[in-house]
Amino acid sequence: MAVSSAAVQPRPSILSRSLSLLADSRNALGFGFMLPAAALLLVFLTYPLGLGIWLGFTDARIGRPGIFIGIENYQYLSDDAVFWLSVFNTLLYTISASILKFALGLWLALILNQNLPFKSFFRAIVLLPWVVPTVLSAIAFWWIYDSQFSILSWALMEMGLIDHRINFLGDPENARASVIAANVWRGIPFVAITLLAGLQTIPQSLYEAATLDGASRWQLFRFVTLPLLTPIIAITMTFSVLFTFTDFQLIYVLTRGGPVNATHLMATLSFQRGISGGQLGEGAAIAVAMIPFLLAAILFSYFGLQRRKWQQGGGD
Amino acid sequence: MAEIKSAAIKKTKRPELDEGGMGYLQSLPRRVVTVYLPLLVFVIVLLFPFYWMTITAIKPNHEMTDYANFNPFWVVHPTFEHIRYLLFDTSYPGWLLNTIIISTAATFLSLLAAVFAAYAIERLRFSGARQVGLAIFLAYLVPPSILFIPLSVMVFNLGLYDTPFALILTYPTFLVPFCTWLLMGYFRSIPFELEECALIDGASRWQILVKIVLPLSVPGLISAGIFAFTLSWNEFIYALTFIQSSENKTVPVGVLTELVRSDVYEWGALMAGALIGSLPVVVLYSFFVEHYVSSMTGAVKE
Repeated sequence: MAVSSAAVQPRPSILSRSLSLLADSRNALGFGFMLPAAALLLVFLTYPLGLGIWLGFTDARIGRPGIFIGIENYQYLSDDAVFWLSVFNTLLYTISASILKFALGLWLALILNQNLPFKSFFRAIVLLPWVVPTVLSAIAFWWIYDSQFSILSWALMEMGLIDHRINFLGDPENARASVIAANVWRGIPFVAITLLAGLQTIPQSLYEAATLDGASRWQLFRFVTLPLLTPIIAITMTFSVLFTFTDFQLIYVLTRGGPVNATHLMATLSFQRGISGGQLGEGAAIAVAMIPFLLAAILFSYFGLQRRKWQQGGGD
Repeated sequence: MAEIKSAAIKKTKRPELDEGGMGYLQSLPRRVVTVYLPLLVFVIVLLFPFYWMTITAIKPNHEMTDYANFNPFWVVHPTFEHIRYLLFDTSYPGWLLNTIIISTAATFLSLLAAVFAAYAIERLRFSGARQVGLAIFLAYLVPPSILFIPLSVMVFNLGLYDTPFALILTYPTFLVPFCTWLLMGYFRSIPFELEECALIDGASRWQILVKIVLPLSVPGLISAGIFAFTLSWNEFIYALTFIQSSENKTVPVGVLTELVRSDVYEWGALMAGALIGSLPVVVLYSFFVEHYVSSMTGAVKE
């Protein structure tokens, strides 16, 4: 007994030593492998993020490094009606576009989940609005919304539904509705295709069992589809909200914030003040003001992910 | 390789066997109202702007604005005048070339960094790998809209303003997190046993990555590459902010800022520019649509 334990004694130490060596090299290797990505992200993402927050506290202008002025930018913005209008517009734009994208995207996903002829063909063409550069499709929308030659106005007038042209982008209310519609058009495919992927993971047998129990079509949707889809809905909508909230391109192409700032989002206002107007500090402060909203969205996503782990019954 | 391929086939086939399991319970008229009609409306609405773009691009100017004599939905005398103007009388070809160069370079740079990072996080499991993975995910959530002002200051101070490098080096800020996240999911699907065998045979980590993991993850690399290329092709706010001179612009910025003149809108040329600028990503996408859809859904499922 004593002999055998003495004979065994050296082995764990060698094992543990080589294990620690392996762990060391593992960390060293891991560090080396992470280096390119980490360098790129630290230099061009983390540092600018900090620099942006710093710039928000300075009066930097283009071509002139600013000095620290405390929260003066924020004080100025808190009295600025245009800034608060842009916050309101951003929230309105994000909430209404996200609800529409979710409802229509889910509907389209449910349709595409049916047994359709040419299913993969439909799936492919439905994604097109999402693939094409936003600016270029926004230019097409600009032409569709043209005040004089709008094809929508023309078609509606031919059908006798309206008697004069719609001023899509010239009137504040119309302009808001028009940019939201264009954003929804571009966002539906992403929501639909990701939700479709979620739908396809739901076992058909659950529907069969529920049908045998006498569930109606609505009950099938409400008590089988929706609960199982919730985790993917949470993630998809977080991304959708995030990208809608920080949208810039569509507004910049269609209205540049006009008419009378009715469609200015925080991102476009930040660009207008920071780059076009040269007030880097103020522009950065507007961008920083977006961060609390983004954090809220990220936390939402985090809890969505947590729930998914819990639903799968795993701790990891 | 064959195993993974057949697994991938199974993956795509399975839903087809499952789907519409109870479809026979629906009558045809009901299906027409609940499925085909809404689908038709969706497809028309989603595709109409492309149709309108195309038809405007080949419409002569006198037809374009004369709705009384010509039905706007059709074109009577198609013309290539707008496309000819675009390709020979504007800087459009140069913008296309810039966009191709910038997108390709940014894609390669990001893929290279992402492959190593994803492999390290997913397989080397160094201490803190999980936290780094989470940090990468959070990095993806940082939008360009809040980075462009500080980045423009940096780009200016580094002397990169108005050069392609300004874009090649800043695009990875959103490409690297995305590709890493996508590749992490892909690497996870490669069996550990293959790597263990190679380790026992004395392969180094580098050899394992290059000779085993990478050849097995070619589909993942392709989809990450397509995504990255498309994202950089579509990028707008950095290109708008960091590039000043006409000859260095990318397609989205060039079309918007150079083709639009305040006095008269060249709708034909604009639409031709939008159409040609969209074609490369659409063609790329149509070749790899299955990869694209499955990896997009996969990336979300992870």
